[in-house]
Amino acid sequence: MTREKGIFRQVLERPLGLAVLSLLAVFYLVALFADFLSPYETSDQDLQKTYHPPTSVFWKDGGLHVQRYELAEPQEMVYRKIEGEGAPIRFFASGYEYRLFGLIPAERHLFLVDEPDRIYLLGSDETGRDNFSRLLYGSRISLSIGLVGISIIMVFGFMAGGLAGYFGGIWDGVTMRFIELVMAIPGLYLLLVLRSTFPDHLSPAQIFFLIVLILSFLAWGGTARIIRGMTLSLRNRQFVLAAEVLGQSSWKIVWKHILPNVFSYLVVAASLSIPGFILGEAALSFLGLGIQEPSASWGLMLSQAQDMKVFMLNFWWLLLPGAAIFVTVIAFNVLGDVLRDIVDPKQKFLSR
Amino acid sequence: MRTVITRRLLALIPMLLGITFMATMLMHLAPGDFLDQVRMQRDVDPDYIERLEQEFGLHNPWYVQYFLWLSNVIPWDLRSDFGYSFHYKVDVWELLGQRLPATIILSLTSLTFAWIIAIPLGVLAAIYKDSVFDRISSILAYAALSIPEFFLALLALFFAARTGLFPLGGFTSTEFEFMSPFRKFFDIVHHLVLPTIVVGIGSIASIMRIMRANFIDNIRSEYVTTARAKGVPEGIVMFRHVFRNAINPLITAAGFAFSTILSGALMVEIVMNYPGIGHLVFHALLQQDQFVVLGALVMGSTMLILGNLLADIMLAWNDPRIRYD
Amino acid sequence: MAKNGNRNSSSTESPSPLLDVRDLVIEFRSRGETNLAVDGISFEVRKGETLAVVGESGSGKSVTAMSLTRLLPEEPVCRISGDILFEGRNLTRCSEREIRKFRGKEIAYIFQEPATSLNPVFTVGNQIAEAIKLHRPEVNDVEKEIIRSLDLVKIREPEKRFRDYPHQLSGGMQQRVMIAMALACHPKLLVADEPTTALDVTIQAQIMDLLRDLKQKLAMSIILITHNFGIVSGFADKVIVMFRGKIVEAGPTEEVLRNPQHAYTRALISCIPRMGVRQKRLTTIDYAELEKAGDQRLTENRNNGANTVE
Repeated sequence: MTREKGIFRQVLERPLGLAVLSLLAVFYLVALFADFLSPYETSDQDLQKTYHPPTSVFWKDGGLHVQRYELAEPQEMVYRKIEGEGAPIRFFASGYEYRLFGLIPAERHLFLVDEPDRIYLLGSDETGRDNFSRLLYGSRISLSIGLVGISIIMVFGFMAGGLAGYFGGIWDGVTMRFIELVMAIPGLYLLLVLRSTFPDHLSPAQIFFLIVLILSFLAWGGTARIIRGMTLSLRNRQFVLAAEVLGQSSWKIVWKHILPNVFSYLVVAASLSIPGFILGEAALSFLGLGIQEPSASWGLMLSQAQDMKVFMLNFWWLLLPGAAIFVTVIAFNVLGDVLRDIVDPKQKFLSR
Repeated sequence: MRTVITRRLLALIPMLLGITFMATMLMHLAPGDFLDQVRMQRDVDPDYIERLEQEFGLHNPWYVQYFLWLSNVIPWDLRSDFGYSFHYKVDVWELLGQRLPATIILSLTSLTFAWIIAIPLGVLAAIYKDSVFDRISSILAYAALSIPEFFLALLALFFAARTGLFPLGGFTSTEFEFMSPFRKFFDIVHHLVLPTIVVGIGSIASIMRIMRANFIDNIRSEYVTTARAKGVPEGIVMFRHVFRNAINPLITAAGFAFSTILSGALMVEIVMNYPGIGHLVFHALLQQDQFVVLGALVMGSTMLILGNLLADIMLAWNDPRIRYD
Repeated sequence: MAKNGNRNSSSTESPSPLLDVRDLVIEFRSRGETNLAVDGISFEVRKGETLAVVGESGSGKSVTAMSLTRLLPEEPVCRISGDILFEGRNLTRCSEREIRKFRGKEIAYIFQEPATSLNPVFTVGNQIAEAIKLHRPEVNDVEKEIIRSLDLVKIREPEKRFRDYPHQLSGGMQQRVMIAMALACHPKLLVADEPTTALDVTIQAQIMDLLRDLKQKLAMSIILITHNFGIVSGFADKVIVMFRGKIVEAGPTEEVLRNPQHAYTRALISCIPRMGVRQKRLTTIDYAELEKAGDQRLTENRNNGANTVE
């Protein structure tokens, strides 16, 4: 049995799988250490330095310095370098306080400059907040939403699909009709209607879980159908019949015989929906219905880029969150395809 | 065949009842209603608000409101009344009718664009499987499937602003009314180019991938050997024999594309400020303009189900093996 | 070996054969591995003659048939060497365009699976018409010609059937259509690659009867590829037996059946279920034993450098 080897090991053995997993590992590390890596808090404004372009860095007097700029044309937000002037970059310096991993109080940051100078590696936004720091913090949302989402999908997909397939009858009919009903509504419409059902002003954590729940509601149907199909074919297999003859309870059979056999498919089917979660959250936040300011999310950051000023004055760095979403989604798409190839090479159950 | 169509159309009715019922319930779970904005203004006379509540039937429980709406929709007297938009103060049907052409035009242009590009690309990638062209096109397709549509729309706007080649969103220029018919046509085309490309790119990628996979499957079939053994030239084997078989699954895709005509461009319409149905629904939702939302949901879901039915019919028509009788 | 070679020496004086295959070698390459599918075989087919090529799957018999008009994958994947002389023309030296004129027109094929060998989305008539239009541009009334060819293979109501799609016909009818399509351009050689394997036993007999009939009526040559010695007797004039890419035995049908020389031939013949013989199990081929016997013989063949019939 190749399955004994573990899906994870098999992914690592494929060049594409290895590449994608390493990329994602780097992303998750960055997200985990976002507070240490970012020089500023997500809400840290500097109204003197709005739409500041990325600052350049130079070497002088045995240390790295960040270039100093002056506002040349306030109307057009054009900043000009002040030649030869800069502020030294301090490494492992103490800055704003945070809790590492949400637990350990800390105040050290990888790099900082002294006020009033500011280091904007990727520019600043309309209120002078650091784009780089916000991008790091925003990654936490995009990278975690898929993982939380698929755990919900796996539970509901298995409960609905496995039970519908195993017990059949009315339960099967009701579940499948309901899934068809949900699937008959254009996805984005349903997403918006569901979101509008809840009040606008919730705490960031509440909003996060609300979005996960709504997106799971949209996505669980596909997984449930796949699991139902597999359960239907499993329930007439010898070992299930044998367990039935031995008088095991239905719940026990579903738990002990069906679940282990569909588990890898369940994982892969669910993981194929990760990009949907990332894109869904980004779209909602972009429309102002998701994560709220001053928290940072890639979708929310992009909504700033809708301003005509951004296009006309070429503030291209404000489009970077889009590139971040793009790379993350590609990585998860590739990972999903590699996983599917391993678990279901003939694409019998898991086709797109 | 006819009985199948009838049965599928009849199944549409409970489906739409379920969807609208659910939507009404959801919208009433939402805090407040359309009049909240008016109530917040202190100088508005409470009697006036009372009158509006009476007029819109807002003091009824939500299920009563739903059945009132439903009894108006069902064409007892041969005409359906989908209600009244609180915000625009016009009939919902009329409002949807105004926004419909823009959305349909965008859907049709992007579909045509996608199909014209994707099918030849998919066929070429299949015939020259594993070539450099095949590799590059599949990487690009992967990228196109992973890029968020609204981000692509932003990039398009950015491009338009930087180069000045295209207008920054919208459907027509401000001076549209004063143009000659020819200029009007050109103006609309000019506005359509970028949204068409943005909406089309995702479909290009998926259609191309489907086409390539099917074509490769069919190249390996035995009827291809038969055709070659008859002395049929390679080009005709590919474009007559293989193509006709490989196109089948794409017909399903076409039906699906039809079903997303109304809702597919939602994000692009919002970002590019394109006055279509998606744009309307989004703002109606924000303003809790419930009958507009219900009307659009009915239309969108009907199109989705009809689109799938249409796909089945076209598939049966193209593939003689499938008959529903 | 000498026994084999001498057996048919009596017929060598007759005029030049329709098809003359000499030292045919077919190699397949995938991922750096070379696989020898056919290892230097030679045989010939005369006008009006029927040759049966017998062997199990993987013995190289189908590949040989396909190689005649180069229906195998192209160069890097598959390499063909040796000579294939058809009426004196060397087909291995023909360009792709030239060889297309032989396909269907001079050498026609019918295949094992009629259900998948016909294109599902075109009508039967349409597919026959394609062959006629390609090779017989002089025909004006194509429809009449289609009906004639369907009539030839004894399809009832051909004027109705030719509008049917393949899936609307039974397996036997589909194979008749394949035969009609193959014969529509009056080929000189018909290659029937396992024509009855996918069919029911009763239908098998009908199709073989039909082929026997047509052979006499049209005086064409046939190469019958099969694994089943049962359908060879009474149909083929001579037989070659292939095993792992080589010819292990060749000769007139009756003689080979009556007095098989090679252990493999004996094994194949004993696989034919016989009426009235009580058998507990179907006979199977014991490869280990064959290997012992075969090795000896195969090395013998190689040493003599003559794996040749006639």
